[in-house]
Amino acid sequence: MPKDSGIGASSKRREDVRFLTGAGNYTDDINIHGQLHVHFLRADVAHATLNGVDTSAAEGMPGVHRIFTAADFAAVGGLPCGWLITDRHGQPMQEPKHPILAEGKIRHVGEPVAAVVADTLAQARDAAEAIVLDYDVLPAVIDMKAALQDGAGRVHDDLTSNLCYDWGFVEDNKQAVDDAIKGAAHVTTLELVNNRLVANPMEPRVAVGEYNRSDDMHTLHTTSQNPHVIRLLMGAFVLGIPEHKLRVVAPDVGGGFGTKIFHYAEEAFCTFAAKALNRPVKWTSTRSEAFMSDAHGRDHVTKIELALDADNNFVAVRTETLANMGAYLSTFASSVPTWLHGTLMAGNYKTPHIYVNVKAVFTNTVPVDAYRGAGRPEATFQLERVIDKAARELGVDPIKLRRQNFITEFPYATPVAVEYDTGDYVATMDKLEEIADLAGFAARRKESEAKGKLRGLGVNCYIEACGIAPSNLVGQLGARAGLYDAATVRVNATGSISVMVGAHSHGQGHETSFPQVISEMIGIPEDQIDIVHGDTSKIPFGMGTYGSRSLAVCGSAMVRAAEKVINKAKKIAAHLMEASEGDIELKNGRFSVAGTDKSVAWGDVTLAAYVPHNYPLTDIEPGLEETAFYDPANFTYPSGAYACEVELDPETGHVKIERFSAADDFGNIINPMIVSGQVHGGIAQGIGQAMLEGCVYDADGQLLSASYMDYAMPRAEDVPFYTVDHSCQTPCTHNPLGVKGCGEAGAIGSPPSVVNAVLDAINSGSGKKVAHIDMPLTPARVWAAMQ
Amino acid sequence: MRVTMDVNGRSVSGEVEGRTLLVDFLREGLHLTGTHVGCDTSQCGACTVHVDGLLVKACTMFAAEAEGAAVTTIEGIAAPDGTLSVVQQAFQDHHGLQCGFCTPGMVMAATALLKDNPKPSEAEIRHHLDGNICRCTGYHNIVKAIMAASGQEMPALAAE
Repeated sequence: MPKDSGIGASSKRREDVRFLTGAGNYTDDINIHGQLHVHFLRADVAHATLNGVDTSAAEGMPGVHRIFTAADFAAVGGLPCGWLITDRHGQPMQEPKHPILAEGKIRHVGEPVAAVVADTLAQARDAAEAIVLDYDVLPAVIDMKAALQDGAGRVHDDLTSNLCYDWGFVEDNKQAVDDAIKGAAHVTTLELVNNRLVANPMEPRVAVGEYNRSDDMHTLHTTSQNPHVIRLLMGAFVLGIPEHKLRVVAPDVGGGFGTKIFHYAEEAFCTFAAKALNRPVKWTSTRSEAFMSDAHGRDHVTKIELALDADNNFVAVRTETLANMGAYLSTFASSVPTWLHGTLMAGNYKTPHIYVNVKAVFTNTVPVDAYRGAGRPEATFQLERVIDKAARELGVDPIKLRRQNFITEFPYATPVAVEYDTGDYVATMDKLEEIADLAGFAARRKESEAKGKLRGLGVNCYIEACGIAPSNLVGQLGARAGLYDAATVRVNATGSISVMVGAHSHGQGHETSFPQVISEMIGIPEDQIDIVHGDTSKIPFGMGTYGSRSLAVCGSAMVRAAEKVINKAKKIAAHLMEASEGDIELKNGRFSVAGTDKSVAWGDVTLAAYVPHNYPLTDIEPGLEETAFYDPANFTYPSGAYACEVELDPETGHVKIERFSAADDFGNIINPMIVSGQVHGGIAQGIGQAMLEGCVYDADGQLLSASYMDYAMPRAEDVPFYTVDHSCQTPCTHNPLGVKGCGEAGAIGSPPSVVNAVLDAINSGSGKKVAHIDMPLTPARVWAAMQ
Repeated sequence: MRVTMDVNGRSVSGEVEGRTLLVDFLREGLHLTGTHVGCDTSQCGACTVHVDGLLVKACTMFAAEAEGAAVTTIEGIAAPDGTLSVVQQAFQDHHGLQCGFCTPGMVMAATALLKDNPKPSEAEIRHHLDGNICRCTGYHNIVKAIMAASGQEMPALAAE
């Protein structure tokens, strides 16, 4: 019998009512009296020397208040990068300045060069057209391999090359890996591209800056996944505003997927200009601007080698990757191809020797940073593709080959520095075979073939590291921040509860699922508990939502704070009932004395805390409010097995996704409905990457895919109903809820099985041999590969 | 110029420029911020409203073109006492939304579909949603919600 509330219940989402009735409060819905509008004049070339910006004709145009250029930001810092990577030679990464507005050089199409602030947006746009940019175009540096050649043009003249870093992991293991590959019975090699993507949350980015002269207070309303991180980065590193004079508010946010983690020039600009003009300043991104200014994702070019012994046991993995950083280092760009990618190269397998090399490269393109999965999809894709290729080369069943090499004992220390606490890869694969009806595939293939179509089945596993992260560990690895989170549980006099959390909900349903946990702990109805998030003036300092960390890290902080509240409440209850504190039990919202019929209600105790007439004031303070910070002891390791079935028309190369099944192990689950929804959405984005999406630059650095007419994302007809299951549960051993995180799994786990399925269709049915096709698998690419 | 139209059953009028889009008139002029703008090219459908009973992307129509029309936005879908419509309730019951940004457009599109086709097939629903992009749900629960709102049994594959 499913529960109807608390942990494990599919509670309906309370936030839905406002979204379904048009009552949501997104940043663009915020208009402040007296606000001005900014339009950014953006570079229309990828690479140029910027000689001057002539604003004279635009200055006097109707409604214009001021036009800003780089000179106005001379005393302001650049946008910082939050993670220092040390390369394989012990050298720090090359870290160029990332200015608010282009300084001396234009480095990518879409880079903001000037900003016009006017009464209306239309006036600002009109005036921007009268600004004259004086620049000399330079050859664009677009292709990563070319960017690393001697004599290549430089994106940053003050750096020694376009190489950001040359990272080796684990460098001391390199020789052993080389030796293992040399001595292997079989080596499968695969070169592949992990295509450049744009996250495309449906809500474009928006920023509204405000300044109040009376108390010298700055407020920024912005579309962020982590308002405290923005406050810290913008306040301390860019604008020099102390935290107590800066409030950052991220209200309802219409999707993030990573790209709203980062600190962007436009939000710093609006905060800065609001003070300079003493008026609120608003910017709302158009979709074309979003394509040219939201950090992109992925964009790796990789060569992977998988070595096997004569019995098909994996003996070594060696990878070399070029990772595109774009023109500047976005907030967490440097960590994605390194610590979020290299540490996952063991996957679900007991490969003893692994070496990962990553060269990060500057190019004249939009900065690249974390997008749903961030590094882990890149690791999973190459590993699960090369395993499939090895299976085909060796003539063995790809599922059998995976099973044979599974890690089966936990905890398991990988050769790439992480220790998996729990998992059961056999169980998720068994579950997948069941829910995907793999036994029925042969019959379905016959049906397809009878229609003149090819049918393919692709399977893959994945492992991810979530719940980022133990602060002392990531500090050693170069992170410039701690990665704990925080929660305050504020019990009101009449017993209702407000929980202020550092995590931010922008689709994940925290306002529903977090109260389920508190309801379970205390035994009061979920509707007596509210979650407050997204406003630095209301919430404790937390690091926000990304990397599937909200419940594992912030939820753990919430549990710790609630435990403190309960412990104090038990003391009060003991006083009220004249009993020993050790005998007090809390169940279903009542405190009782063990072995007696004495009890008091939750509300009696909370009222006593705030009206302390009969209260042990000499021993405990009045009030009932506690804060906890939680720093995780390890990452969490969700895992799973996915299967995709496709039908391919050999005449046209058109591929239809017929079935998609996912068996995940997320540990314990708070709200199964929400978890399934997260997996659905992730799968769709993974199918998007595999089949449709791809960011295209031409050789001059023009972004050819800068609108929804040019960048294809999945629509309802492109995807099937998904079969998802999360009944395999090996709880996390080191956080109080035993949860692992579910937000990214779908996007991490799905691309390889889609590609594996298409290749299976071609290789098993057409008589053609195709080893690999790079994503997205458009009909043109599939058809061409088959010719 | 001055435009007058009926919005959610109320006669409203306001000053607009010739270039003012209907969506901007609704959002800025009438403060009906439930209608969203997600793209510049009429692709995403977050701005979908009903104009004289037809499904219209409000970013693709000038406010002046709606002179004298009856416009329904997401704010006009629930009953006056706040009771959700069948479609809205089905979206909540079946988790057909996550971040909520595309949701108003999805609800407007689904409402129009069921008016014309009370028992659409899964394929018809998916085809009808061609003009509405959702980046969160993978469409699974949106399609499921619309099937449920039409009182139909779920296909086995939609069970989860």
